[in-house]
Amino acid sequence: MSGDTAVSGERPAAVAGPTSGTPTGVPPAIARPRRRGGGIHGREGLAGWLFATPALIGLAVFMVAPILLALWVSFRDWSGLAPLSTSTPVGLHNYHDLLVRDGVARTDFAKSLRNNLYYVIGVVPTQTAIAFLLAVLVNQKMLKGRTFFRTAFYFPSVTSSIAIAFIFVFMFSPTGLVNTVLTAVLPGAVQLVWLDDADGLLHLLLRLVGVDSAPHALAAHTFMGLSWWDWLSGPSVALTTVMILAVWTTVGTFMLMFLAGLQNIPVELEEASMVDGATPRQRFFKITLPLMRPTLFLVLTLGLIATWQVFDQVYAMTSGGPQKTTFTPAYLVYREAFENSSMGHASAIAFLLFALIVVLTGVQRLVLRGRGD
Amino acid sequence: MESSHPATVAGPRSGRSARRPGTARTVRLVAYLLLALAALGFLYPFLLSVATSVKSRAEVSDHPIMPWPLHWTNRAWDFVLLHSDFPRWLLNSVVVTVAATLLRLFIESLAGYSLARLRWRGRGLVFAGVLAVLAVPPIVLVVPRFLLLKELNLLNSYEGLVFPLAVDATGIFIMKQFFEQLPRELEEAARIDGANIYQAYWHVVLPVARPALITLTILSFQGTWNEFLLPLIVVRASPDLWTLPFGLSTLGRGGAGGQTFDYPVMLAGSILTIVPVAIVFVIFQRFFVRGMASQGLKG
Repeated sequence: MSGDTAVSGERPAAVAGPTSGTPTGVPPAIARPRRRGGGIHGREGLAGWLFATPALIGLAVFMVAPILLALWVSFRDWSGLAPLSTSTPVGLHNYHDLLVRDGVARTDFAKSLRNNLYYVIGVVPTQTAIAFLLAVLVNQKMLKGRTFFRTAFYFPSVTSSIAIAFIFVFMFSPTGLVNTVLTAVLPGAVQLVWLDDADGLLHLLLRLVGVDSAPHALAAHTFMGLSWWDWLSGPSVALTTVMILAVWTTVGTFMLMFLAGLQNIPVELEEASMVDGATPRQRFFKITLPLMRPTLFLVLTLGLIATWQVFDQVYAMTSGGPQKTTFTPAYLVYREAFENSSMGHASAIAFLLFALIVVLTGVQRLVLRGRGD
Repeated sequence: MESSHPATVAGPRSGRSARRPGTARTVRLVAYLLLALAALGFLYPFLLSVATSVKSRAEVSDHPIMPWPLHWTNRAWDFVLLHSDFPRWLLNSVVVTVAATLLRLFIESLAGYSLARLRWRGRGLVFAGVLAVLAVPPIVLVVPRFLLLKELNLLNSYEGLVFPLAVDATGIFIMKQFFEQLPRELEEAARIDGANIYQAYWHVVLPVARPALITLTILSFQGTWNEFLLPLIVVRASPDLWTLPFGLSTLGRGGAGGQTFDYPVMLAGSILTIVPVAIVFVIFQRFFVRGMASQGLKG
């Protein structure tokens, strides 16, 4: 890394310099006041590196090196079982399998992209809207018990994803809480087997209006091995359950972020607008919302990044099923690596996912910047 | 949170809405109703889980929404505490969490201080690197971390569970932010009194940094305690080293393909996994909030 060159460039100058000039071993702090003005800061160069070294080693070994290794492995054929040295280079083969070559690898990847896309479209706006609503409510100074509500809403965010997943598996079981309540509210409604239902929501909607199978135009054309009809399935009922869980667990965190943003709005601004006779609605749309844009951007970005990485919940609730409708790229990384023993595919998927997240965040930044300013 | 100046805001606002007292009351009622509904939605699942863990399996499927048991049974708790590996997982989780948190406190406070206060060449570059690392999703690191730990012979070991969690960019970021806010006079006085950088850091700076260190401890405790992905790839093959979340994920599954669930057992395990975090959360809530706020800054 370029950081290393900075070390070798810096350290000899700082340490060797003074020692050669003062062989008696006078502390460098005293020996080199000219170079950095003031003896107090004299040894800072060395101390700075010393203080940062444990962290740099940790980051280098467990973050930077792995990223580079992953990139390398994504161009190789490796099972993960035999030593890495026995792997063979395959060029772009892994990426080719995922994006171009007709086969299970590509269809699975396409399904995971489709599922996660619906997941993001469903979860991000919902969690943002609910979090904002809750923040506005909890921010109302006239209401009592705001601390209690804030705590209650935030609590799920800090707990174990697996524990929460189990609670949801239980609530959404065929004879569980959700179905019981649904039956009580809508007697005779369809009993859903939530986590085992592979039907897409859009397909179900179309079925309601009598479209039971794929129209020829949609069934005949494919993209990445999936027919247009399959692309347009919507999230499966099982995936929708995972989405509900995701909203439920993340709303609290984002509520707190919105709350921090709301409380940063200068009181004078609100007072001035009230003096000017602005209605509450005008105040909300002309003052609160524009001032909340940075927070909104933060929440959307963090939401987008997190939803493209959903893994724990899928692992614990559905293991990718039913019929691969809860496959996500992150889950596929795990599955390819540790169940299909294809580290090359797994690394390639990981990098495509990484690239996707980086690009999406960049686009979002541009869009939100471009609007309004 | 900033609850110190409610009066300034509430004053004029309530005065204005007092013009139409009926509307104000309706608005407040609707607000309370929404809040209560939301609170129910967020808390009832936990309540129900506790109740379910002391129900029999038959009762669970007959009365799935009752928040108390008709017939109390200890079966699930008996199984989890006495006849499963749960105590072992608990021990492992404690060991891993304590070790990772101590390492994190040591490493990240030093690095944060260095980046905030010490002047050295390459500092800006290193901080940019930290920010870049912050943006890398953990799932991208799954395969290479496995590979690396395998090459280092750390698979299926405590070290393999701890080291990758012993440093993270967020913590460095939090500590740096904190140290930047401290007045410089603090160390300069100590330095003029003859303390060197290390003494000044240890005796003067660290004691003042307690709030930041607590925030970091809590963030690290919560993150490590709940970590699932790392144990999944590092110790999957050694049940003796499973931590709570991973052990939990194997709990209460029966049937050929694991499709039948023993809900009381699963939920008893879930509750036990949640409780330590819940206790810390209730006691140190404001530090959770602070940690979350600093995490938010990285966006």
